[in-house]
This record gives sequence, C-alpha cells and structure tokens, in this order.
Amino acid sequence: MAEMLQVLDAATKAAKLPLGLTPDDCKTMYRAMLATRLFDQRGMNLQRQGRIGFCVPSMGQEASQIGTAFAAPKDDWIYPSYRTHSIAILRGVPFRTLIDQLYGNATDIVKGRQMPNHFSLRQWNLVSISSPIGTQISQAAGTARAIQIRGEQKAVWTYFGDGGTSEGEFHCGMNFAGVWKAPCIFVCENNQWAISVPVRQQTASESFAAKAIAYGMPGVKVDGNDVLAVYQAAKEARERAIAGGGPTLIETFTFRQGPHSSSDDPKRYQPPEMLETWKKKDPIARFQAFLEKKKLWTPEWEKALTDEITADLAKAVDAAEQTPAPAVDTMFDDVYATLPPHLVEQREAVRQQIRTSGAIQDTGGKFPL
Amino acid sequence: MPEMTLLAAINDALNIAMAKDERVVMLGEDIGKKGGVFGATAGLHEKYGDLRVMDTPLSENGILGTAVGMGLYGLRPVPEIQFLDFIYPGFDQIVSEMAKFRYRSGGEYPCPCVVRSPSGGGIKGGHYHSQSAESYFIHTPGLRVVMPSTPRDAKGMLLASIFQDDPVIFLEPKALYRHAKEEVESGYFEVELGKARLVKAGDAVTLVSWGSMVVTCEQAVAKAAEKGVSVELIDLRSLLPWDTDAVMASVKKTGRLVIAQEAPRTLGFASEIAATAAEKAIDSLRAPIARVSGFDTPFPYTLEHVYKPDAQRILNAIDYVARYD
Repeated sequence: MAEMLQVLDAATKAAKLPLGLTPDDCKTMYRAMLATRLFDQRGMNLQRQGRIGFCVPSMGQEASQIGTAFAAPKDDWIYPSYRTHSIAILRGVPFRTLIDQLYGNATDIVKGRQMPNHFSLRQWNLVSISSPIGTQISQAAGTARAIQIRGEQKAVWTYFGDGGTSEGEFHCGMNFAGVWKAPCIFVCENNQWAISVPVRQQTASESFAAKAIAYGMPGVKVDGNDVLAVYQAAKEARERAIAGGGPTLIETFTFRQGPHSSSDDPKRYQPPEMLETWKKKDPIARFQAFLEKKKLWTPEWEKALTDEITADLAKAVDAAEQTPAPAVDTMFDDVYATLPPHLVEQREAVRQQIRTSGAIQDTGGKFPL
Repeated sequence: MPEMTLLAAINDALNIAMAKDERVVMLGEDIGKKGGVFGATAGLHEKYGDLRVMDTPLSENGILGTAVGMGLYGLRPVPEIQFLDFIYPGFDQIVSEMAKFRYRSGGEYPCPCVVRSPSGGGIKGGHYHSQSAESYFIHTPGLRVVMPSTPRDAKGMLLASIFQDDPVIFLEPKALYRHAKEEVESGYFEVELGKARLVKAGDAVTLVSWGSMVVTCEQAVAKAAEKGVSVELIDLRSLLPWDTDAVMASVKKTGRLVIAQEAPRTLGFASEIAATAAEKAIDSLRAPIARVSGFDTPFPYTLEHVYKPDAQRILNAIDYVARYD
C-alpha cells in the first residue's frame, strides 16, 4: 500500500506514448493544466486588486485533477470540490462563464448566489459545488446508484481533499457505494493540508488509499504530480466501474502550492522548505519536460498558448466587469419551482422599499473580515 | 370507497406512485422485506425489487446524501427515516444540500426528494421516538414541510409531494397510523400542498393545529360545543409554505385565536402563526392569542401524557380566549 504509482519517468524513456494516448490527447491535457495555472494567477490578482471578493487557487494540483478528469467521458457526472475548476476548463467551459461566476454578475449561471469558485455547470455535467466539506461524496454515491438503477454505462466521479476523509460523508459515501458496487470513483486529492492542519493530524492511517480496504474496494495511491500516473489509475478505475466491478478510491499525493484561499497565508503554518521542495516537482513542469522529449512541446508553442489564454482571460474579465449585478428580484427566484405566496409578499416588500427610499446600498464586507 | 388507516393510505400512495413512474425509488432502514418498522412499505419490495426498494446501510446521513444524488440525477427518491428523532445525522444534507441545490445552482439542479418520517409522540417511545422536530425544517428556505392528519390527506399529499419538484419533509403522525381511519378514494389523486383543511366551522374561536394534535383538538372542540362555544378548527397540514390566507380569514371572523402544537413552545410553529396574526389581523383580535404546546423540556417517557397537550389543556385555552373581554 505504501507503493505509489508513477508513470512519467518510465514513459519519458519509452519510445511510444503510454496508455493509448495520442499526441493530441497529451497536448489537450497540457493546455488545460496551463490554462488552469493562468486562470488561478489571474483570479488571485483580481482578488488582490479588490476586483473580486474571494478566490480558491489550485496551483500544484493540476495533474491530479486533469489526469483523473481526462479519463472521464463528458457524459460522466462529476461532483467537484471548490478547488477543481481545472475540470471545467478541460471540459470546455468558456472563461467568460467561469469569470462571471467569480464576479457574481447578471450573467453568472448561479445568479450571484454563491461565493467565487462555487460553480454549477449542468451543460458540462459538473454538479453545483458546496462549501461544507465532503457533502458531495455521499451524493456522488447516490448518483452512481441511480445510474445502476437505470442500467446506464457511465461512471460518477467525486473530488475531495485529505481533510474531507475525516467527514462522516466520506464514510457514508464509500460505504454505500461499496455495498451497492456502484460505478463511483472517489478522488482524494491529498495535498497534505486541510487549510492549516497537516495530514499527520488528519489521520493515523498509513495512507488514504488504505482506507478503501474497509469498504471492500480497491484503493490506489498515485503520484499526484505525475499526470500520466493519475490518468492510468483513473482509466483503470473507470473501466472497472463500467464493467460492474464497483467503486475505487484514488489517492493523488500532491501539494497545494498556494494558499487554501485568498484569505489564507501558508507562511503562518507551513515550513517554507516544503514549498521549495514541491515546486521542484511541479506537475506542469514535469509534464512539459515529458512533452518536450516527445517533441510535442516547444517554447514557441508555450508562448503562443500563454498569449492566447491570457488574452481570452482578459476579454472575459472585461466583459464580466461590464456586466451589472443580478436584478434584485432574482434573489427570490429558484427557492422553489414556483414562487410561493410568502415569497411574493417578501419580494414586494423589497420592491416597496426601493420605490419609496431608493436603491438599497451595498455597504461592502470583506471575507473573512 | 375502501376504509383505510393512515398507514394503509401511505402504503397505497407509495404503491401507486411506484407503479405510475419508474423514477420513484425508496430507500431506508428495514423498508425492504420487513416493510418498515411500522409497515408503511409493506409488500413493495416484493413488488418492485431491490433496485427500487432499497434496504440501505444503517446511516441516516448516507440515506439522505445518496437520496440527494438520486434526485439530482432525475429520479424521484422517497427516503424513509425510521423515526424523525434519528434524522439529525443527515440534517446537513437536508438543510444545506437538498433544500439549496435549486437555488445555489441558479435553477440548474432541482432536487426532488420526499423525506418520509414518523413524527410526534403517543406511542410511549420516550425522547428518541417521539419528537416533533418540524420547526427545524420550517426554518429552512427551499423545503416544503407537510404533516397530514387524515388518511385521505396522507395519500393525496404524499402523491402530490412525489410528483412535484421541490424537496418535501413529509411528516407522518405516528400516533394516528392505525387510529385514524376513513374512506379514501382508490387510485391516483392529489391533495394540493400549501392549503389548510377546515375541520369544523365555528364563529367564536379559531383553533389551528396539525398532525396528531388535530385529533386532540377535535375532542376539545366537542367539549367546548357542549359549553356553547363554537370553535372553528383548522388543520394546517402544510407547514411550509402554509395557508396564511385561510388562517387569517378565520381569525378576522372570530377575533380569537388558539394554536395547539405538540412541539416545544419556544420558536415552535405556533409562534410564527401568532406573529402573523399580530401583523395581519391585530384589528380583529379581541383577546390575547393562546399557544398550547409541549414544554421546553426533552420529551419524557413516563410523563408523556403530561407533556403532550391533552383535550383539557386545549379546552382551558379555548375557555380563556373565548371569555376574555
């Protein structure tokens, strides 16, 4: 169990691309990883400039996320965590859609109702994101059961961190999926920190993958900064799920190179050498070296890609900033399928105040303070 | 029309719903071969099989979390929580997930789900088999909360709940499971959610209640009638959203309001009704509003009969309000 699956180094030396991947596949993965890095950098800058209220970066975890999500066909449902927007980028969600959500503006899919990074992307089979940790784990097991009930050939994926395994939801989701042999793939991104609490204070277990044994399912620990190893584990897990072999727990061993969120400063709790060590294992740099060796990467391509992504981001930010806030009335929509009488009355009270006393002022507020 | 107990009416509704629409699935503890600890799901596992009537691992959190995942995917899950007192490990899945999915996703992810659970006392079940926990859920935007008190309402409201798109906390007054009996139409019908039921018309005092307390209220109303006090009894049956119009119309007519609930007093739903009457019908009120309720103590075992409002306690409140001048 202490073994950790790695593929990149061996694959670099091999003559052919591994795992049936085509050159285009590799470039698609790389592009999504790079786009995620640039999206995160832009997001953090926007937050520091006071242009958005909050941001959850995923720097360092791109391989862990893209490697798994690349193994998921687009009609597989995914229950993301709030740090996995890379998957949305991989599935082709436009930057404008994502950035509208960071701004909570009138064209934001979730109508400004959630903090940044809490996307809902139904068109891409990405389920609405919650803040409380782990709630998506049992839900994913339920959706996987629904897929079994309907006799469909699909898998469900859910993402959570090392901290998430301490929640009851992890136990429920793993246990139910195990009993049902449901086609569910549990991706535990072990980035070694639950905000400020290190992994040794999270579990006495030798690994997170080891926890799978108790639920009667395979547990695989992979090098989470090795996108090919992650992809291999995910591909195998999905094949098993589709064949009726039940769920799998994948632990991607990685490191959060940034803060938990824009409200956090890891310098207060993390030994500084840790970041230095892990920067040397950066997942994008490692994959880039592999691609270069395979003649699939050049500095010119990198520059063209970076310029294109940066320009797209800038356009999306401009458009989002020119979009007004959602209309006041929308606050009352979607609580129920149809507006019940008490909400009609409460909405009317707001309209009345605006009619008589003018617009209600936004007095600000910073997260967490 | 066949005569049915409230329990049989629920079983009938579940059977009709499952036969009508294969998206309807049930999950819970002991709901399969055993048919539920009260028998509400009797015969359904045999008829619809393992995939649609699921005995789950023993975890309310797991039952509710997986039910959410089924509802989001387009099924119509009807999870059973064996006793309402056991629901709290799954509270987060109800109030932060099931209730909020539609809203927080901008309408992209509705989460239809009908959580059935036996509620209230009257079976000598002590603190952990007797609670009336409706207020926790009524305080939650995004949920519908209903509690029928007659077999016909139980059947019609359960069918209406399963075939609409909002999550519902469907509370079954377990004290009435086998005691409430009446003729109920066969086949599919719905009783509209959000509408109160006029149990008995009257003109001197409005009495509002729900769940098994309605039956106790009927006894109190009969005794009041003997004394010449005409009480209008309203069974609220939908607690969120609730039928404000029906209650306020009655209060405006009688000018006197008593609310009877089994739940603890502080922040019980009676308080909301009283506040609404104070806001909307103050000019009509000719007496203080009276709340009759359980006490702000845990639900006791031996002294259950003292804790639960009885007909005499309700009658005393009616007398006080009726005589107030």
